[in-house]
Amino acid sequence: MDKITTIRSRTVVLPATNIDTDQIIPARFLTTTTRSGLGQQLFSDWRYAPDGSPKGEFVLNQPQAAGCQVLVAGRNFGCGSSREHAPWALLDYGFRAVISTEIADIFRNNSLKNGLLPIVIDEDTSRWLIGNPGTEVCIDLAQSTLQLANGLTVSFPIDPFARYCLMNGVDELGFLLQQQERIAAYEQRHKDN
Amino acid sequence: MPKTMFQKVWEQHEVAPETADTPAVLYIDLHLIHEVTTPQAFEVLRQRGLSVRRTDRTLATMDHSTPTRTEQVFGGVPVTGTAAARQVQQLASNCSAAGIELLDMRSNLRGIVHIIGPELGLTRPGRTIVCGDSHTSTHGAFGALAFGIGTTEVGHVLATQCLLQRKPKTFAINVNQKLRPGVTAKDLVLAIIGQIGVEGGTGHVLEYRGEAVRALNMEERMTMCNMSIEAGARAGMIAPDETTFSYLADKPRSPHGADWERAVERWRALPTDPGAVFDREHTLDAALLEPMISYGTHPGMVIPINGSVPDRKGDPVFDKALAYMGFAAGEALLDRPVNVVFIGSCTNGRLGDLRSAAQLLRGRKVASTVRMLVVPGSQQVKAAAEAEGLDRIFIDAGADWRESGCSMCIGMNGDTVARGEYSVSTSNRNFEGRQGAGARTLLASPLTAAASAIRGRITDPRDLL
Repeated sequence: MDKITTIRSRTVVLPATNIDTDQIIPARFLTTTTRSGLGQQLFSDWRYAPDGSPKGEFVLNQPQAAGCQVLVAGRNFGCGSSREHAPWALLDYGFRAVISTEIADIFRNNSLKNGLLPIVIDEDTSRWLIGNPGTEVCIDLAQSTLQLANGLTVSFPIDPFARYCLMNGVDELGFLLQQQERIAAYEQRHKDN
Repeated sequence: MPKTMFQKVWEQHEVAPETADTPAVLYIDLHLIHEVTTPQAFEVLRQRGLSVRRTDRTLATMDHSTPTRTEQVFGGVPVTGTAAARQVQQLASNCSAAGIELLDMRSNLRGIVHIIGPELGLTRPGRTIVCGDSHTSTHGAFGALAFGIGTTEVGHVLATQCLLQRKPKTFAINVNQKLRPGVTAKDLVLAIIGQIGVEGGTGHVLEYRGEAVRALNMEERMTMCNMSIEAGARAGMIAPDETTFSYLADKPRSPHGADWERAVERWRALPTDPGAVFDREHTLDAALLEPMISYGTHPGMVIPINGSVPDRKGDPVFDKALAYMGFAAGEALLDRPVNVVFIGSCTNGRLGDLRSAAQLLRGRKVASTVRMLVVPGSQQVKAAAEAEGLDRIFIDAGADWRESGCSMCIGMNGDTVARGEYSVSTSNRNFEGRQGAGARTLLASPLTAAASAIRGRITDPRDLL
């Protein structure tokens, strides 16, 4: 995984609340056996008409969305299923961070494990970001801050261990593998469960 | 210090407790796997030269992308779609290489992953259970701590039998009184999600408590815990009691003899201690509830079946949901025509659910305008239903009787609802396109679904009871 320190990008805004993982990547695309290529199908049913042509009014089909790495969304982004295909699709499309006032638990976990930053902010900041689509933001992972073009800097919560892994490009599996002795000892003590 | 049931199960599974800098290392007793969320996890193990640590704590089944037509399951007719077929084959080869037990297409124990764990006796009180599927919360009905994980975490559990986790908060849902006739566990959980909201449980483990919950049988408790994720909760739990023990007593892989006695003794110590404090609480009265139905595009958008669609003037997301559903604010849903009725899924695909639907369909016909699909949750559920003649009731009524699987709940196997059609479904999600692109899903109980199939219109099941 690539090391992450800062992300500077313009934003794309999807103001809808409760954007579920079936919208992010519909279930019919989950028959894949790899992680790559899902960006094509990101938000498929919002992005394309039934005949496959792009819907001009959808924000990702508009020229200003090109190259944006930060998605700003309404409350409770990523609710629904545990499909890791959701962060895979967002990353494959080119997003590196998602900002919302609430991000669903499993989606947030899955995002952190793939280098997609889940950033939870307060209502006021969210309102400003949703009202100013395309604004440039700077995410500083070391400081856990989000700098806005209006001069404000807001901090966001992130688990220190997840932050360490993201900043150093290490994955959690390596850490778990170092625990093998403790795991074996636990298994000796708890054979009944 | 009095403890909640969640705290007890959590602490019993800490290989290493959490610190400010590091999450807890949590031991996983049972890992259920299926074809959709595992291929990329096995690939990581191969790349890193790792093996599966505890094949004896891992069980595989195929359910999401598998066909439900008998000729496809058993008759040598190929699985629809090459990608789905490849996924199913990869699970078989991954399990075979790793030495993991797989309940494959020809197994009479195969079924939806959350149906087979309990019916085999692998889902037990006090266990930690995970699966690459958000409805893993189902298993909490036994007093297990059970939650859905992503594919990366599936790899972690395969390789180490552990997960790195921050401790969630606790949330008591107290349900006083008892449900009235015609009002089911599905209606109760839909009402709860409507009250606390689809993000109401985020970061929390729910514990369903109170008189109404104690009165539920295990299948009904599973329906409730199953939908905990629809309130955003990490998991849902119900304290084990005599109902739990008698359900597990005759299951094939439950402990036996002296092991059983010891296990029950341990399980009796699990319920939340008197005086234990939850981070949050919500209380409701079951006796006030009506059968519930969803009207929008998430499971919190629910109303009593004889109610009308609310009005939230000026909320564009709400208006968009109504536009997708083709409903108007203030409108009643009763008597609106439906096109499809689906009975099945990990929410409502158990024997009791099929009995409940059959009770209304016996001697009646599905309306000629309705296509009805009945998909048992497992091959064991199917066999038990056939042994008591439920299949004949469904077939004689004009419904389609299928082999087990997730089927039309998620529509990955070709069992889908057409664009614009209305589907009264016993499944768990009414998200846009969940049952097929453009499909309009109305979540309800098996009773409401069966009643609506008979009338061809949204129907209060109490009219037909």
